[in-house]
Amino acid sequence: MEELVFTRPRYIKKAPFHYCPGCGHSIIHRLVAEVIEELGIGEKTIGVPPAGCAVLAYDYFDVDMGEAPHGRGPALATGIKRILPDRIVFSYQGDGDIAAIGTSETIHTANRGENITVIFVNNNCYGMTGGQMAPTTLLGQNSTTTPGGRDENRDGPPIDLSEMLALVRGTVYIERTAVNSIRNIRNTKKAITKAFKAQIAGLGFSLVEILSPCPTNWKMSSTDSCRWIDESVMQTFPLKVIKDEIG
Amino acid sequence: MKKTVFAGFGGQGVLMMGYVFAVAAMRDGREVTYLPAYGAEMRGGTANCTVVVSDEEIFSPVSSSPDFAVIMNKPSLVKYEGVMNGGGTIFLNSNHVSRELTRDDLTSIRIPAVEIAKELGSERVVNMIMLGAFAAHTRMTSLDSIMNGLSEIVKDTKASIMKLNRRGLDRGAEYILKGDSR
Amino acid sequence: MDKKLLMRGSQVIGEAAIRAGCRFYAGYPITPQNEIPEFMSGAMADLEGGTFIQAESEIAAINMVIGASMAGARAMTSSSSPGISLKQEGISFLAALELPAVIVNVMRGGPGLGNIAPSQGDYFQATRGGGHGDYRSIVLAPAHGQELADLTRKAFEYADRYRTPVMILADGMMGQMMEPVVFPDPINLDELPPKPWVLDGAQGRPSRIIKSLILDTVEMEEHNWKLDRKYKIISGEIPHAETYMTEDAKLVVVAYGTAARIARGGIKRAREMGLKVGLLRPVTLWPFPDRAIREMSRLVKDFMVFEMNTGQMIDDVRLSLEGRSNVHFYGRPGGIVSTPDEIGKAISSLYYRQHLKED
Repeated sequence: MEELVFTRPRYIKKAPFHYCPGCGHSIIHRLVAEVIEELGIGEKTIGVPPAGCAVLAYDYFDVDMGEAPHGRGPALATGIKRILPDRIVFSYQGDGDIAAIGTSETIHTANRGENITVIFVNNNCYGMTGGQMAPTTLLGQNSTTTPGGRDENRDGPPIDLSEMLALVRGTVYIERTAVNSIRNIRNTKKAITKAFKAQIAGLGFSLVEILSPCPTNWKMSSTDSCRWIDESVMQTFPLKVIKDEIG
Repeated sequence: MKKTVFAGFGGQGVLMMGYVFAVAAMRDGREVTYLPAYGAEMRGGTANCTVVVSDEEIFSPVSSSPDFAVIMNKPSLVKYEGVMNGGGTIFLNSNHVSRELTRDDLTSIRIPAVEIAKELGSERVVNMIMLGAFAAHTRMTSLDSIMNGLSEIVKDTKASIMKLNRRGLDRGAEYILKGDSR
Repeated sequence: MDKKLLMRGSQVIGEAAIRAGCRFYAGYPITPQNEIPEFMSGAMADLEGGTFIQAESEIAAINMVIGASMAGARAMTSSSSPGISLKQEGISFLAALELPAVIVNVMRGGPGLGNIAPSQGDYFQATRGGGHGDYRSIVLAPAHGQELADLTRKAFEYADRYRTPVMILADGMMGQMMEPVVFPDPINLDELPPKPWVLDGAQGRPSRIIKSLILDTVEMEEHNWKLDRKYKIISGEIPHAETYMTEDAKLVVVAYGTAARIARGGIKRAREMGLKVGLLRPVTLWPFPDRAIREMSRLVKDFMVFEMNTGQMIDDVRLSLEGRSNVHFYGRPGGIVSTPDEIGKAISSLYYRQHLKED
């Protein structure tokens, strides 16, 4: 007898992902959709995709989706959540979106303790635009705007946005995870679940930062990319629960 | 159409005077505009507002050449004496402004409002004394209308304070009607 | 006591917005419109289902409005010139996403930080879209306190009807001045037509997307034409201008907002001198009431555009007239508010220069 062991999650549409081979977005989309399904919130969730590669997230998530200008996701999500406080609102943001152009919106949304969930995908570069330096690009990391590698004196160091947000009083749960191994993927799903549960319980701002490979712009193979996250990215951005006031 | 400027230090109730007068005139059935100084002009402690009262449409609420000025301090006299409409009248709080006018085409009416207020037991009514004098002289509105306007603006104020305001208005008006100011 | 209230312009906008069903306001302090957020903070707190947010920036404020509008609320933000520049990104998105919202610009002197005095320097920015891309915003220009109330009500109606951002273009004098105003009764939110496009969770229906990214050029072109068709409908339905003493006029002043109010005083003085002068006041700046002006050109050969800037609306007047009449200009930028006398003199000087007295 046949047993179904793997299928498309209920809240992912029947559409082929456009993401590059080895990109973490597909995995993260799936995890978020699984969590939405498991928590039974698919019919009351509204997602806010970013500018960048994941702007097309609205083509994949089968929940209501409202596009935000670059970096403004948290502000837009604030507007939705304040009007519909019993719905579940998440924004999905890249590192440039959340930690450069949208820093102000992010910090102040967190500080107000808006009861939303942020999925922060950190791939240490600007993916969609072709691999320029991101606020999270590692020191020494090559990018199309840091030839010879990111230089601290010239470019500043990578920014620890999640740690910064932990200082803000309105945040209740912040964890950094990765999707470069089976184990880390499982932990990421647990973190996403916890973040959404915090929102369901009305506790305040929750965020999961997910280290994610970008083989295309890192100019590495998929497996090398996963290894590079372990060996390099985690040196600057260690996996950990940064703040947990949920218990 | 008559334009009146109320000017003085912040805290002297200057904006309140204009506001109460404007509401009173509106309830009398006149056309009114009230334009306060705002923003940077208000920093540094000065305050002024312009009230235009008319039986016809008011085109500009700006005090380009006021017919009347209620002046509560010396800097305000310096500021407004020069721009007054010829033949205009300036009401001076004479306890704070001692100097004479430099223009001879203007009339000055001097009211020792602080002194009168002290007699009444509260310096908070200085503005009402000035307003009473202003109303009695210009006859643009009545003391009753002013009291009604005041009750409309400061809804939950204690009866004793409203009584004090009324006495202030009355004393200001009496000062004009007895001719003490000339 | 009659229903007339003496109220500051900024607060009139706030009260009128609440009565028009506005339940979401986000803003950031900037003079001369601080009384709007101040008023809204109290009014929304007193209102069930009302939200006020003092945003961290103008940019955040307009994006909060986008979110609230997506969620179905009547939403508003307000600012003054420099702050409106910051909101342009969001206004472009509102237009692209076809979302209703009301944006109030209490104009001040510019460019740059400029000053806080009343000005009309943002006409181009307001009527040409202001942000990036091929779009328009409806722009309403109140001229006095009562109209602040009436046009705020209209702004919300137009925004919902056409699913597009609507700007109320006021200025510092209007924002600060108190005038008598009678408010219309509050609307009943339950009686508004449903919005079958809002994002409120896909319960028992397919999920919805509100987006502006359209990578396919053919689809993007169609979206642009779709917006254009909507703008053409708006241009046919809502252009509005008010006239004053134009029946026998040989010279017509074209002015809006505070400038129009001052111009009426100038025209009255000119009439007292026996000059046949009238006023055409555009109430909608976009769509511009071009037909009203064009029709007037059959009898009027001289128009004097008066603006509190160096000449912006004059372009629209010229475009409307298509060379049929002479267009003259009188402007005072920088926050100067002309006196009616000054405008009366400008009118009479032009009147004689054009030999209109002899005709």
